[in-house]
Amino acid sequence: MRALLATLLMTFALGASAIDTEQLADPTLQARYDKLVTELRCLVCQSGSIAESNAALAGDLRREVRTMLRAGKTDGEIRRFMTDRYGDFVLYRPPLTPRTWLLWFAPVLLLGIGGLVAYRVISQRARLVASDPDEPEQPGRG
Amino acid sequence: MWRYLLPLAGFGVLVIFFFYGLQRDPSTIPSPLIGKPAPEFSLPDVRDPNKQVSNADYRSRMYLLNVWATWCVGCRQEHEVLMQLARTSPIPMISLNWKDERALAIRWLDQLGDPYVQSAFDQEGRVAIDWGVYGAPETFLVSADGRVLHKHIAPMTLQIWEQEFLPKIAAAKPVAERAAGTGQP
Repeated sequence: MRALLATLLMTFALGASAIDTEQLADPTLQARYDKLVTELRCLVCQSGSIAESNAALAGDLRREVRTMLRAGKTDGEIRRFMTDRYGDFVLYRPPLTPRTWLLWFAPVLLLGIGGLVAYRVISQRARLVASDPDEPEQPGRG
Repeated sequence: MWRYLLPLAGFGVLVIFFFYGLQRDPSTIPSPLIGKPAPEFSLPDVRDPNKQVSNADYRSRMYLLNVWATWCVGCRQEHEVLMQLARTSPIPMISLNWKDERALAIRWLDQLGDPYVQSAFDQEGRVAIDWGVYGAPETFLVSADGRVLHKHIAPMTLQIWEQEFLPKIAAAKPVAERAAGTGQP
């Protein structure tokens, strides 16, 4: 049973970085690498990260990430390297800048508008019911 | 009154949103390099591995950098236009041969014609990353003071040359040079 479990876990571990034939010697570097490559967008296929893309450019970018990690660059420096060349578009988590305010705050904004509309509709209904004494209190029941 | 105006206003917002949104090509990513210094490179020549090609040799001159490869269909498509530009435009065009095979690249240039003043061989794609290249063909316009003025992604056409490149070339060139002609195809 334990052997089976171990085998299963091993297959998952293999699947996580199956696309690379090369591994970083240092496991902490490899962990940072695994995280970084899922945050960088593949520019050729655009709806995938460079971690999962087979495009030649994605392979080149993964190689760059590995080289920079080995050279002791920080995650921030590596992200900066990418955005200097490809723009914020390479980041799956776009930074908070005036240009992306709408992107970041649109959900809150829309929720606010929805809440406002819902509040108005509900309070209007309540007023209608309250102002009509002839209406039975629980229509549909009784 | 509001009951009718609000949905109409919402519809209006959607129309504006889609009008602009749908005209944009999502596969064209704006380059952060525009207006910035062009990344320098020095790479072996496509034709002669012992010779180096460097854009530092073009300092104080305006030049074009065309990224191409023999595996790239769009590059084959634009080649005629590049040949025409090489004949008519006074601006030198350097090429960056991207992730290609040397023998194939040389055969391409021999068979189809060579519109480039020099061709750099970027097999690793390292220089291409510095330039933010993500899909050939791409054509950059670099000013005499070494800044990237324009980037065109997709095959070059005469229409794009006239509408996007010529105005930028004319705006960047000193008046004296402009009098000499900016190369009307």
